[in-house]
Amino acid sequence: MANLRELSKEDLFLSSGHRMCAGCIAPVVVRMMSMAAAGRNVVVGNATGCLEVATTIYPYTAWKCSWVHNAFENAAATISGVEAAYKALRRKGKVKDDYKFIAFGGDGGTYDIGLQSLSGAMERGHDMVYVCYDNGAYMNTGIQRSGATPKFADTTTSPAGKVVPGKTQWRKDLTAIMVAHNIPYAAQVAPGHWNDFITKGAKAIDVDGPAFINALAPCPRGWRYDTADGIEMCRLAVDTCIWPLYEVVNGEWKLTYKPKQKRPVADFLKAQGRFRHLTDEMIQEFQAQVDRDWEALLKRCGEA
Amino acid sequence: MGENERQAVLMSGNEACVEGALLAGINFFAGYPITPSTEIAEGLAERLPRHGGKFIQMEDEIASMAAVVGASLAGAKAMTATSGPGFSLKQENIGFAAMAEVPCVVVNVQRYGPSTGLPTSPAQGDIMQARWGTHGDHPMIALMPASVQESLTLTIEAFNLAEKFRTPVILLLDEVVGHMREGIVPPRKEEIMIKKRKKPTAPPEEYLPYRAEPDGVPPMANFGDGYRFHVTGLVHDETGFPRGRGSDGDYLVRRLTNKVKNHFVPMVEEYLTEDAEIAVVACGSVARSAKRAVNLGREQGIKVGLVRPISIWPFPEKAIKDLAGKVRAIVVPEMNLGQVALEVERCACGKAVVYRLNRIDAELITPDEILAKIQEVK
Repeated sequence: MANLRELSKEDLFLSSGHRMCAGCIAPVVVRMMSMAAAGRNVVVGNATGCLEVATTIYPYTAWKCSWVHNAFENAAATISGVEAAYKALRRKGKVKDDYKFIAFGGDGGTYDIGLQSLSGAMERGHDMVYVCYDNGAYMNTGIQRSGATPKFADTTTSPAGKVVPGKTQWRKDLTAIMVAHNIPYAAQVAPGHWNDFITKGAKAIDVDGPAFINALAPCPRGWRYDTADGIEMCRLAVDTCIWPLYEVVNGEWKLTYKPKQKRPVADFLKAQGRFRHLTDEMIQEFQAQVDRDWEALLKRCGEA
Repeated sequence: MGENERQAVLMSGNEACVEGALLAGINFFAGYPITPSTEIAEGLAERLPRHGGKFIQMEDEIASMAAVVGASLAGAKAMTATSGPGFSLKQENIGFAAMAEVPCVVVNVQRYGPSTGLPTSPAQGDIMQARWGTHGDHPMIALMPASVQESLTLTIEAFNLAEKFRTPVILLLDEVVGHMREGIVPPRKEEIMIKKRKKPTAPPEEYLPYRAEPDGVPPMANFGDGYRFHVTGLVHDETGFPRGRGSDGDYLVRRLTNKVKNHFVPMVEEYLTEDAEIAVVACGSVARSAKRAVNLGREQGIKVGLVRPISIWPFPEKAIKDLAGKVRAIVVPEMNLGQVALEVERCACGKAVVYRLNRIDAELITPDEILAKIQEVK
């Protein structure tokens, strides 16, 4: 593992000067994946979303690698085709260089509309990494709820009012769903823990076969916190155990970071405008669910 | 406040669509975010529960359309809203709704395509997709509002037609109408005619869910009403159960097509066509520029009129045929490479010369451009 000084000198495949919002963590996710992929040729597939739109505003692109945007639901399928063709051409000696394949999608394009395409790619075993930058809603179209939106969050299609307190469902555990595909590598990361992130990113790229990384990517617009606090939001999510950091290698679950002291979920919830309407009872309900999930994860990881 | 001094309300076409749906008695909406239609989902997410209805955001457009079909079978007045790429994804289920005769409303706020295209820019490129987007022969009703007011009234009409004909109805906004803000006067509830699907009168043991009455439409039981109601996209007979014979398909698809073809009254607006020697045929927001161009032309002494298909499908064939019989030239401005023009040419049968005016640079067609074309062909 390189140190921060060395990492900062890497030539990344996502340049600075992209047009993502101030304080957006999605490009941090991409740049950390780029650090993890240092020295490799990569082809990137990008699902429709903030990242796709804002990094490629005419006449500029922030991408220094081969890059393809197809549609919202099919980044994994599109990269499947690229990877399969590459393998065939490589076998015939028509492509000489080594290439790695990375697909990026937001939570809307991954948990919801792109899940079928992702599941197919993982099941077929393409040698690729799928990275979900999870900001917990459809931010590109103006903050609509997704399968990754936490319970109670106020979005434009789960508006918090007097009767309905925001989203009424829990988020789905996508990382576990990907693990259930028996892929060689799956992990959850958050950019607040850069060393953990980049180490896992490199493993995902180097592993032979499909890999999945779920990366927390706070959004100041949708979560409603100050633009300077994105990394702090990541740390709060990890330290409250709302977003645990772990990896699953060939079915073996391993916790990669255990908070010395588990912080109450209220620290995370109260820092964001989307949870401003929560009552103490709702916070308790949220805490109880996070506790259950955390205990279950500790068991899976052999820590309990 | 007197009857004639009703308060005008400022809203966008998408917001007016929400108001229209609520007035029409919508009680189910399933949707998925997509620009430039998202305001319809957002509006109904907030408003529908207050009216005792149900809003669901689905995992994609395919699921949204399927949920709408399911809700309608359970008796709900159901709607979804989307734009280009989402409209493409909905097509299989739209075909199912046509085949299984499930009333529902599908709003497509057209944006520039194909593919992701120019997501925030206007276009009218989905005219033919609205007609033939799903595979196989099938009936199709599609309405195209030209104003915010009409976005409201045609949403109500779309529900009524869906219920009347037991078929999906498409409301084809364009981005201009969807996002434009205008003052409108919403109708009062008592001023609106609401049409509801025919319910079976036969006892459950005699009910045949696909036996058509003389209007071509079979009465429809709700799931849970106690009737046996087998629903499939396979070719089926009057019982609803699949039949593998080609002759059953022949009977069914002809009946589905004819129930709309023979009973639907096409909707058109005619403006200054009485003595017209030249006509403009335009739909949606382009018709607004066209009307202005007609007025400017009249000021210059040109005998020009406007025909605006409000129901773009079924296409107002007779109105265009009649028009072609009395004018020399027809100008068809549209924000695509010529889709309405194909229909106009077909109906004109060479009796009037059809001139096309097309823009696909994401800009509106201006009255001056249409006027210039009118002057050119006069």
